[in-house]
Amino acid sequence: MTLADASYPEELLYHPEHDWARVEGEEAIFGITWYAQDSLGEVVFFEPPEAGATVAKDAPYAEVESVKAVSDVIAPLSGEIVAVNEALADAPERINEEPYGEGWLVKVKLSDPAEVEGLLSAADYRKVLASD
Amino acid sequence: MILQRTPLHEQHVAAGARLVPFAGWEMPVSYDGIREEHAAVRTYAGLFDVSHMGQVEVEGPGAQTFLQRVLSNDVAAIEAGGAQYSCLCNEEGGILDDLIAYRLGGDRYLVVTNSANHEADLDWLGRRSRDFDIAVRDVADRYAMLAVQGPHARGVVSRALGIELPARMHVAAARIGNRPALVCGTGYTGEDGVELLIDPEVAAAIWAELLDAGTVPCGLGARDTLRLEACLPLHGNDIGPDRNPIEAGLGWCCKEQTGFVGSDAIARARAEGTAERLAPFRIEGAGIPRQGNAVLAAGEGAGVVTSGTFSPSLEVGIGMAYLRAELAEPGTEVEIDVRGRRRPARVASKPLYRKEK
Repeated sequence: MTLADASYPEELLYHPEHDWARVEGEEAIFGITWYAQDSLGEVVFFEPPEAGATVAKDAPYAEVESVKAVSDVIAPLSGEIVAVNEALADAPERINEEPYGEGWLVKVKLSDPAEVEGLLSAADYRKVLASD
Repeated sequence: MILQRTPLHEQHVAAGARLVPFAGWEMPVSYDGIREEHAAVRTYAGLFDVSHMGQVEVEGPGAQTFLQRVLSNDVAAIEAGGAQYSCLCNEEGGILDDLIAYRLGGDRYLVVTNSANHEADLDWLGRRSRDFDIAVRDVADRYAMLAVQGPHARGVVSRALGIELPARMHVAAARIGNRPALVCGTGYTGEDGVELLIDPEVAAAIWAELLDAGTVPCGLGARDTLRLEACLPLHGNDIGPDRNPIEAGLGWCCKEQTGFVGSDAIARARAEGTAERLAPFRIEGAGIPRQGNAVLAAGEGAGVVTSGTFSPSLEVGIGMAYLRAELAEPGTEVEIDVRGRRRPARVASKPLYRKEK
């Protein structure tokens, strides 16, 4: 089962490589967008990165895999991983079912909160999708 | 390049299928998800549009002699209504294609080719047919091809279409959609089932009837996971002109005493052994192997993955790889280099998935 209809919550910020960030003060939660999980198909494998690892904006920090394909996950912001969604190791399908909820990937302590200015609103991200 | 479309293209679009280019065709890779489709074939009955497959008719007094010359198996052993798997090899024993030959009548055969090789096969067969009293015809446009596969496939098809079905590895003429058709007891999933060669004009109606009868539409994604669990090689991945049937584990369909094209090289490979062998393996733990991944044994290069995927039935990564011959024995421990991470794996016996009886 996947989430049937496209959705892009207003309260999130988006990276054009189909990732989202939920910024809360100096921390942010990352995940992949509805479009990303739909393009990939059923996710069958996600190996969380190690807590403590650093991530750099625009650079890959993890991989998600469907039956047929593997896809890099791009960090929308820079920082240090402080928590990972361990539940995805046993239930990677949550990335399809709830890409903005139980399917979150990592929580990051931001090293440069000003980078947030470079991310897209939901409306602007929809324009990126429309032009693809 | 303009992609060819099967007679069922509109049905696939309407069903919301994800369509991808495959061997020059626009084909459905999945409808509701590869895992569900895979499970439908393992437990009930899946319906595949495989109209991209090619068909070549060989007819005439020299048909059997000709096919015996170009195909690796013993074509003379096919009785009327029989079917047989073969390799089409070049002089060096390399595999140009793998295919099934059906004997439709006394001196009339149908060969079903892989779509990517269809034109090259036709050319190869056409050039070699000149010394024989036969006609080689491209009849791919004459047929839409549907595969119905799974433990309940036969029952569903015979009830829905009101026809009797031939035994496994046999073929029978039938009327489907009130048009002449062929029913083949073959498939590419490791399950029982049939393949239907039908008039393209009735394909949409028959597709709908089979869906109404309870079959689940399945795309090329599930076809690939199913065939890999069954250890059926895919031409272009696991076998090709640079590999001979012996190293590919297809020696069983080569009868060198018939003197087919490539038989000398294959006899030599059989007698001397090959440096590498195609072997199935499963990952022990996390990770999904992919085509092109290196295989390591005791830290050293041991081969390369030719097909790799996540097995929906076993819920682990599985694949096939050419390994140094001494490593290609079930139980051998290897590692697969999956994008820089070494994943422990173990060589398995065929098939990777076997139904619990």
